Amino acid sequence: MTSANQIRTSAGDASASPAGPHRAGRPSARQADTRRKWYEIIGLTAPAIAVYVMFVLVPMGFAVYYSLYRWRGVGPPTEFVGLRNYTLAFQDPIFLDALRNNAIIVFGSLLIQGPIALAIALLLNRRFRGRSVFRLLVFVPYVLAEVTVGIMWKLLLTGGGTVDAMLESLGLGSLVQPWLADLDLVIWTLLAILTWKYVGFAIILLLAGLSNVPDELTEAAAIDGASWWQIQRHVTIPLLGPTIRIWMFLSMIGSLQIFDMIWVTSVPAVRSLGASATMATYMVDNGFFARLWGYGNAVAVILFAISFVAALLFQRFLLRRDIEGAITGKVK
Amino acid sequence: MTLTWWHNASQDGPGKTYWEKVAKDFSALHPTVKIEIEAIETNQLQRTRLPAALLSSDPPDIFQAWGGGEMVEQVEADYLKDITDQVKTEVGNIGSAAEIWQVKGKQYGLPFRMGIEGVWYNKDMFAQAGIAAPPTTFAELNEAVTKLKAINVVPIAVGAGDKWPAAHWWYNMALRACSVDTLKKASTDKVFDDPCFVKAGQDLKAFIDTKPFQPNFIATPGQNDPTSANGMLANGKAAMELMGDWNRGTLDTVATDKAKLASFLGWFPVPAIEGSPGDPKAALGGGDGFSCAKNAPAECVEFLKYIVSPEVQKGYAETGTGLPVVKGAADGVTDPALKSILEATANASYVQLWLDTAYGSTVGTAMNDAVVAIFAGNGTPEKVVSAMKAAASK
Repeated sequence: MTSANQIRTSAGDASASPAGPHRAGRPSARQADTRRKWYEIIGLTAPAIAVYVMFVLVPMGFAVYYSLYRWRGVGPPTEFVGLRNYTLAFQDPIFLDALRNNAIIVFGSLLIQGPIALAIALLLNRRFRGRSVFRLLVFVPYVLAEVTVGIMWKLLLTGGGTVDAMLESLGLGSLVQPWLADLDLVIWTLLAILTWKYVGFAIILLLAGLSNVPDELTEAAAIDGASWWQIQRHVTIPLLGPTIRIWMFLSMIGSLQIFDMIWVTSVPAVRSLGASATMATYMVDNGFFARLWGYGNAVAVILFAISFVAALLFQRFLLRRDIEGAITGKVK
Repeated sequence: MTLTWWHNASQDGPGKTYWEKVAKDFSALHPTVKIEIEAIETNQLQRTRLPAALLSSDPPDIFQAWGGGEMVEQVEADYLKDITDQVKTEVGNIGSAAEIWQVKGKQYGLPFRMGIEGVWYNKDMFAQAGIAAPPTTFAELNEAVTKLKAINVVPIAVGAGDKWPAAHWWYNMALRACSVDTLKKASTDKVFDDPCFVKAGQDLKAFIDTKPFQPNFIATPGQNDPTSANGMLANGKAAMELMGDWNRGTLDTVATDKAKLASFLGWFPVPAIEGSPGDPKAALGGGDGFSCAKNAPAECVEFLKYIVSPEVQKGYAETGTGLPVVKGAADGVTDPALKSILEATANASYVQLWLDTAYGSTVGTAMNDAVVAIFAGNGTPEKVVSAMKAAASK
């Protein structure tokens, strides 16, 4: 804080009014105060803002700029085509497949992971022997790197692989499917893997939320004769609202941008047929592999726009109560 | 001074080790030159690292170059050094293969590996199925497939999951259906109006309908994985695989029993199709080469010449990772399958570069995707051609 003190003394020297309790010097002192506050704010946030502008805003500006060009990544972009890349994208059935797959992953994750995570979190919130082991087990898949999980499941699900062998040995040989080769099934297989991996994250968030539910409330409800289920239904779950909404938000944004798992688990052919493509894999397949750099940037901008709008709508309608006051400081 | 060298021998093995030795030997001959190697996996190198580096002001001095359509684009952007006058001798030693690294008659790179594609097969399985000699026509190939099914083996493994191994079947159908002139014109002008390109798809569809491939081939990777198509051939789970000359090395990396693999492995050229206008002696092929960046120092060209010198090429041949291109290096090839490829390459009337390389990444990717759709049962021969035309305008 030495620098702030120096600013304070220098600001004090700069104001012509002598020190002491006389009112005339007040406004200028206040002005010096606000000015000093701004110096501090700018000085302390400048590095972070500079990095953000450099590595987030500037590249985003470039992406928008390049997306207006027909450009193959050889030499500088020269052929301006306006919004043609965007119209081409929405005319490509494979891109529409990618949008559909993203929607399946967004809603599938929310509808499947949500109830499972809530049930497990409520159970794990009770005291019983081995609870910490359970918590650990549930959380392990989330800690693994996404690429590792993808390759692991790819090996397990390969034709005649471990999963098929397990089904056979359980006498369920009739259930064996080409999990990653069937064009209609592959997206659901991927959704199942994503659920397995990310449900742990939802559970941990909910457990953290549960620890904020005051014991007095549940005790009071119990004394009033409420059953365990009634307590959960009318006390605990409503108080988990903010946590559930934050998890939904994170899950939705993650699902829109999903890339790694799809890329390593599903082979290029299945992706390019649209069966397992998502917006992000479509972007890489077209931008880098087909060398359509302008087009790939257009897809990147579309992906950003969809995520951005979804985030705004979510904040506006679902998170409003939770973040009220956090940003504006207003008290209603 | 330092030369930076980017190549794609990124997997630990004889290929990678050999390039390290070549760089060391060159520095020993030219004490002032130090060579910094970066080995990068092919896809990353070709699709992301190289284009980005070439756009920047500091590209690597010498880097992998595949020739064809990609090289035309790089020359138009003025990325590459014109080495025509310095490498006349080397081009003479290499012969017609060097043309793939030319743009409008000027030399912008040199190949170190070149070979044609053919069918790799398991001789033991052929004997077991009672197939007397490798098929020379598609009718004979169909018979062989029937006989192999009768002894319950997968006749042909295809790594359709990676797209290009499946697309190569279409390329070969096109090579049989189209005249050499049509193929040359397609490579230079990107014109695909000739009906032979549709016929290629029809012939392919007819072939797929005979069910010669393993089940669920759409998810089978091409190589570098025990469950891949060349893993199937290497480990006795399939009788045939269509693949380029580098396959000898990649089969070894996935084989559980290398000695057994060496004992049963054979190779034959892609069969002819009866009554097709294409030249039955034309073959598909391609290679790997290196180019120097536009502003690379003169030592870069020296190093390039050193890489394709007969003794370095001979050493390369001995690694067994691919076929050399220079006359006199062929003695380094010891493997019988590779020897039959050398022979067939010498006998080929015309070598067509891999179509996706020849047509450039954009058209090539669209073509491969459309061919894979035929394999998956939801594409048509006409759609391959229309996809190629649409991509050319994207």
